[in-house]
Amino acid sequence: MPSINRSKTKTPMPSQDPKERRKNFNEVALGYTTEDAINEAQRCLNCKKPSCMEGCPVHVKIPNFIKHIAEGDFEGAIKVIKETNSLPAICGRVCPQEEQCEQRCVLAKRGEPVGIGRLERFAADWERNQGIKTPEKTSSRNKKVAIIGSGPAGLTCAGDLAKLGYEVTVFEAFHEPGGVLIYGIPEFRLPKAIVKQEVEFIKKLGVEVKTNMVMGQVLTVDDLLEKEGYDAVFIGTGAGLPKFLNIPGENYLGVYSANEFLTRINLMKAYNFPETDTPVKVGKRVAVVGGGNVAMDAARSALRMGAEEVYIIYRRSEEEMPARKEEVEHAKEEGIIFKFLTNPVRIIGDENGWVKGIECIQMELGEPDASGRRRPVPIKDSEFILDMDTVIIAIGTGPNPLLIKATEGIKLNKYGYIETDENGKTSKEGVWAGGDIVTGAATVILAMGAGKKAAQSIHEYLQNK
Amino acid sequence: MFKILERKDLAPSIKQFVIDAPLVAKKAQPGQFVILRIKEGGERIPLTIADFDREKGTITIVFQEVGKTTKELGTLKAGDYLADFVGPLGEPVDFPNHKKVLGIGGGLGVAPLYPKLKLLKQKGIEVTSIIGARNADLLIMEDEVRAVSDRMFVCTDDGSKGRHGFVTVVLKELLEQGEKFDEIIIIGPPVLMKIGAEITKPYGIPTMVSLNPIMVDGTGMCGCCRVTVGGEIKFACVDGPAFDGHKVDFDELIKRLQTYREEEKMALARHEGGSCKCHQ
Repeated sequence: MPSINRSKTKTPMPSQDPKERRKNFNEVALGYTTEDAINEAQRCLNCKKPSCMEGCPVHVKIPNFIKHIAEGDFEGAIKVIKETNSLPAICGRVCPQEEQCEQRCVLAKRGEPVGIGRLERFAADWERNQGIKTPEKTSSRNKKVAIIGSGPAGLTCAGDLAKLGYEVTVFEAFHEPGGVLIYGIPEFRLPKAIVKQEVEFIKKLGVEVKTNMVMGQVLTVDDLLEKEGYDAVFIGTGAGLPKFLNIPGENYLGVYSANEFLTRINLMKAYNFPETDTPVKVGKRVAVVGGGNVAMDAARSALRMGAEEVYIIYRRSEEEMPARKEEVEHAKEEGIIFKFLTNPVRIIGDENGWVKGIECIQMELGEPDASGRRRPVPIKDSEFILDMDTVIIAIGTGPNPLLIKATEGIKLNKYGYIETDENGKTSKEGVWAGGDIVTGAATVILAMGAGKKAAQSIHEYLQNK
Repeated sequence: MFKILERKDLAPSIKQFVIDAPLVAKKAQPGQFVILRIKEGGERIPLTIADFDREKGTITIVFQEVGKTTKELGTLKAGDYLADFVGPLGEPVDFPNHKKVLGIGGGLGVAPLYPKLKLLKQKGIEVTSIIGARNADLLIMEDEVRAVSDRMFVCTDDGSKGRHGFVTVVLKELLEQGEKFDEIIIIGPPVLMKIGAEITKPYGIPTMVSLNPIMVDGTGMCGCCRVTVGGEIKFACVDGPAFDGHKVDFDELIKRLQTYREEEKMALARHEGGSCKCHQ
């Protein structure tokens, strides 16, 4: 029986010094040592009715894997995690545990919850350092499934179906698989080597990944089902269409969508220009408009690209910010300047069309709106101008219409996202969907949960077919 | 990897490649484009599909060596491979009830013009074409365009071939003589498209242009290629690249194309200089 650690706070996570890390793209949080991990695992009470598990969209057997860590059996721990979660190294890093498993931990009532995310990451990293074993293949079922999109929803769905013995092909539009894990989330939060490793693992399960395939254009869903011999299709194309503010000046040079800014840096490796061929303009003063994780990623990336002052401009107050607390804390430590209750009204350009400033108006909080958050209302005559070289718009994304437009007979909701039942089944026979293309922009783990459910539902469908 | 099957030098700086890309060829339609990447670390550049052959499974692209990537592309030969080749992208063009169409191509713009004229010809629509370049050496695809035109005018800025002057001079003449067209297609440098569209506007003739803004993904994901058309933001990669020339804000497009001018110069100088000079 392992001993119990009665500390009310989490074992601290070693991380890079803010003064250093704001100059590099290396990972910020460095991960637990073996001692840290065992120490933290010993805080878990191993509850009979573990409420933490209810908070996990993929139902990782949390107390079970933590017990293995407490006993020093790391191989046992990762085995338990991987029964239900095929991407633990990613989840351990980017899941909002504070709203999920950790929020429900009984220890959270009188102190800090068990650092479940940190422990998950530790187990996954431990396995990676040992060298991931090739999983045993299940006998083939001679049925083919196509997965459109190689983000968290698609990879999870693909992995689960491959484990069940299906022939799975993943179609990815970009030249590299991973979706938002590759183009969106920066290296300092999720090293690309980890994503690559997870993709390799899925390939080892027998999944074929085809890049450079813009589905809807090169092949349609009907092509897959009728001509290419697929028995089922899962759509996990994400919410990739960037929203703009629709204020004057948004097409000035130096105005980016967060998608473009992050894609140039993460996928196209603009931080390495001119060694690599894709540039990005950052300038000295950068404004990022928005308050979500993507806004934090863009701001912190701008800093690392050499910006001197980086502002987050958000129309509500800090409390309403949708970004994870940890990300906001990290951003503050690195020196990002937050302008709360501030809303841009126009972008100002110079005679050559380059951004030179952003005019904002001060806001105050009024009555709660449909989201339950207090609605920000402008304060009359409170406009002011901030000088800027670059403006990055990070106010959310919509559904990319490319595939949907080319898919006949698929029902959409009023926002243009795909409508599904609770198992991800769409109105079109043989077609499932999950992740941001169904829910709108959400989290990696919710997309994975949707991919998982859909895989199960596809399995049931194909067994009876 | 995508194999280059054929290479043809159309002009000193303009090359034509035929690429083995059966899936792209199967779906390609006039007006669409591809995005390619030469190698790992390379940039994604959009190029209009200049021709396609569904049976052979090939796509023809034409490019001019202007920056680092296109110069590097120009060093490749038949038998070499491209790392990535994505398409077909963008909206195809169509000419549903047309009887008579005028197509104008300036410089490299002749290449994207050609598949549209070919489609018109296949549909039995009467085609007039005006193609031009700075000089005779830079004039491309003359034979191909002639083969799909009922009538063709050739112009060069310096008079070294055909009419002396810009393609827009001939456009003006035809319109002033009272010629009627159901649609006019103008493809070339943005300035040419801007001037051309200004000429056709008073005549009320629908005018199609094909835009070439900077792109990254080409699938509507980044918004880099946004252009203002009729006061609205459009993404050239998914809403275009063909637009109503009378509604496009060309001045904005021209400015936005300058975004990375410094970086482009630097990359090119570094490429042409060979290895770095810091050890000399």
